[in-house]
Amino acid sequence: MSSGQNERREMTGAEMVVQALKDNGVKHVFGYPGGAVLPIYDEIFQQDEVEHILVRHEQGAGHAAEGYARSTGKAGVMLVTSGPGATNAVTPLQDALMDSIPLVCLTGQVPTSLIGSDAFQECDTIGITRPCTKHNWLVKDVNELAAIIHEAFHVATTGRPGPVVVDIPKDVQFAKGIYVPPQTAPRTSYRPKVQGDLEKIKAAVELMANAKRPILYTGGGVINSGPEASHLLRELVDLTGFPITSTLMGLGAYPASGKNWMGMLGMHGTYEANMAMHDCDVMVCIGARFDDRITGRLTAFSPNSKKIHIDIDPSSINKNVHTDVPIIGDVGRVLEDLVRLWRATAKADKKALHPWWEQIAKWRARDSLAYKMNHEVIMPQYAVQRLYALTKDMDTYITTEVGQHQMWAAQHYHFEKPNRWMTSGGLGTMGYGLPAALGVQIAHPDALVIDIAGDASVQMTMQEMSAAVQHEAPIKIFILNNQYMGMVRQWQQLLHGNRLSHSYTEAMPDFVKLAEAYGGHGIRCEKPDELDDAIKEMISVKKPVIFDCRVATLANCFPMIPSGKAHNEMLLPDEATDEAVANAIDAKGRELV
Amino acid sequence: MNAQLQPTGSAYFIAKETEKPENHTLSVLVDNEPGVLARVIGLFSGRGYNIESLTVSETEHEKHLSRITIVTRGTPHVLEQIKHQLERIVPVHRVVDLTVRSHELGQERPLERELALVKVAGTGEARVEALRLADAFRASVIDANTEHFIFEITGKGSKLDQFIAIMKPLGLVEICRTGVAAMNRGPQGM
Repeated sequence: MSSGQNERREMTGAEMVVQALKDNGVKHVFGYPGGAVLPIYDEIFQQDEVEHILVRHEQGAGHAAEGYARSTGKAGVMLVTSGPGATNAVTPLQDALMDSIPLVCLTGQVPTSLIGSDAFQECDTIGITRPCTKHNWLVKDVNELAAIIHEAFHVATTGRPGPVVVDIPKDVQFAKGIYVPPQTAPRTSYRPKVQGDLEKIKAAVELMANAKRPILYTGGGVINSGPEASHLLRELVDLTGFPITSTLMGLGAYPASGKNWMGMLGMHGTYEANMAMHDCDVMVCIGARFDDRITGRLTAFSPNSKKIHIDIDPSSINKNVHTDVPIIGDVGRVLEDLVRLWRATAKADKKALHPWWEQIAKWRARDSLAYKMNHEVIMPQYAVQRLYALTKDMDTYITTEVGQHQMWAAQHYHFEKPNRWMTSGGLGTMGYGLPAALGVQIAHPDALVIDIAGDASVQMTMQEMSAAVQHEAPIKIFILNNQYMGMVRQWQQLLHGNRLSHSYTEAMPDFVKLAEAYGGHGIRCEKPDELDDAIKEMISVKKPVIFDCRVATLANCFPMIPSGKAHNEMLLPDEATDEAVANAIDAKGRELV
Repeated sequence: MNAQLQPTGSAYFIAKETEKPENHTLSVLVDNEPGVLARVIGLFSGRGYNIESLTVSETEHEKHLSRITIVTRGTPHVLEQIKHQLERIVPVHRVVDLTVRSHELGQERPLERELALVKVAGTGEARVEALRLADAFRASVIDANTEHFIFEITGKGSKLDQFIAIMKPLGLVEICRTGVAAMNRGPQGM
């Protein structure tokens, strides 16, 4: 912290930016320079408290900052120039909005006198980013700059976290004004409700205590709430003896080794999790939002249950699914009250849950994540399983791209702790994982950071290998290479008569040579019996690695809830014959858009 | 994989809407800062909500507060979403569904008024008739020469609709309407 933290001092706008970053506890900024942010870059050059990580494309800066944020619980910060710099930031901004990631994006802007004149590298950054941020600001007066940046950090990190943009014209960066330190009194119109309504929590406890077939359905909100929320969740599971499942975003909040764990739910979730969701009598949704990948057909979604929904965002309540007991508040605070009230009033009748657990055991016995092992080619599921087995005892962080490999990673890599799993859930951004891994590695330099990737996704942001090499971030890019956009192909098989329109990548780069060209290390593996040694080699190399894991090209991702179906109409791997896949979506699906 | 005829489907699950849409009037109290109206309007267009009428003006100068009145149409479920989504906007202080509030107060609907300027041109009998009808509607003449009138009329939207319809055959030239301003009856504020 600078000695002048509590003084109002005169400085330039560019100095204020750097000072405000320091005062908000920022250690790393991901960015790319350009004409409209040169004064800020000049200030960054003249200090070493805030370290700048140079990326190769602004989208990479955004995803790196997201990975940084997700793995630390702090805000991620990106700095980009005006025009194309800002437009390239749009994808990570929307990604952070949908997954509730605190992301502060500082953009340069043309001088205020030129705004609206179609100046070089001008764009309406505020207009373009308005729908993909939680809030954004155009700073027209240098005397407002510091307060706006402080407010931006406050808005990004409190309530339901999200991305914010501060657009700073170049003349404001040069102008001199008075710097004010972070304020404790934020604006009056923004006051997220964090404490849950005690009467509602009592009602929830009563419903839960009388449940015969309860389920806890948890999401990314538990992780966003902080480590204490995950701790309380574990306590709640122990106290109640309830089975628990989680969305893609919530993996790790409850340990996968816990005995009440049923695996992920939803479109590619486990059979037991989805069946239990369908048949439960009390559903406790904690920090999740009834996304369409989770619910399946809404009219058949868990038809006989009372639903309790804990969420910090009132607009999530009753958005897709009617809730009987809505509790608006921070997951951590609400769980604190819930656990306390449960201890005081309810005694868990764990015996009463026996029939329910017996039923769950029957569903579990279906072994819905099973696949046919092959000794000639590497099955993608096997690759993830071996990766897990060989890295689980290390300090490991996993990121992913988007597609089949992402679902296999979610199914077969098991998380024990929160903040260890970084993936693009809501927006489904191919190209997220590689730069996110860079961001995670910058935050945790000694950890093992692995991007479980697909061959198509990874090429969308491959340029960040260069950034990883520059910043000596030894990230591991573990590509499940099947030469297809696997999930696109799977849907074409399901929906479009197996006409594989443009989902096969006919010209694939040599990933090993590519790694070497960037100054990294390349590994290729094609045989199951060589996989373990190859993974060990990957772990031992102390620089960025691209691992080209050649997997079975036509494997598909199961189990699956096909379009228009309910949780209890899953397509299981042993039933997923060619014919079953082709007929999975019936005539009713036609009515859907 | 069998390449056989298959039904088209979708990655999304769309349920048919069964609730009936209603018109509701919302009052939104916001910080009067650049872009705040764009945030509100962008929310409506971005999420596919309807705007039937929109009125905005600064109401408390010292506190930099503006009041936006929006008449929107949607099912009760969508209307609840609209309210919550509006509340998420950082410079939004309060959102009150005046229609719901009026029902709670045991009234049919909130007080809603609109102002219109109506220009009518003509001579002879039509001109006399226009003036006579304007008088019946308590519209006042705010500009005139021998060939035209501009009427100012205030009232419920339906009254304005009616007045405009009657003026049509009498030489209606142009209309300007303010959109709905609304508040609830009784001593309480929003």
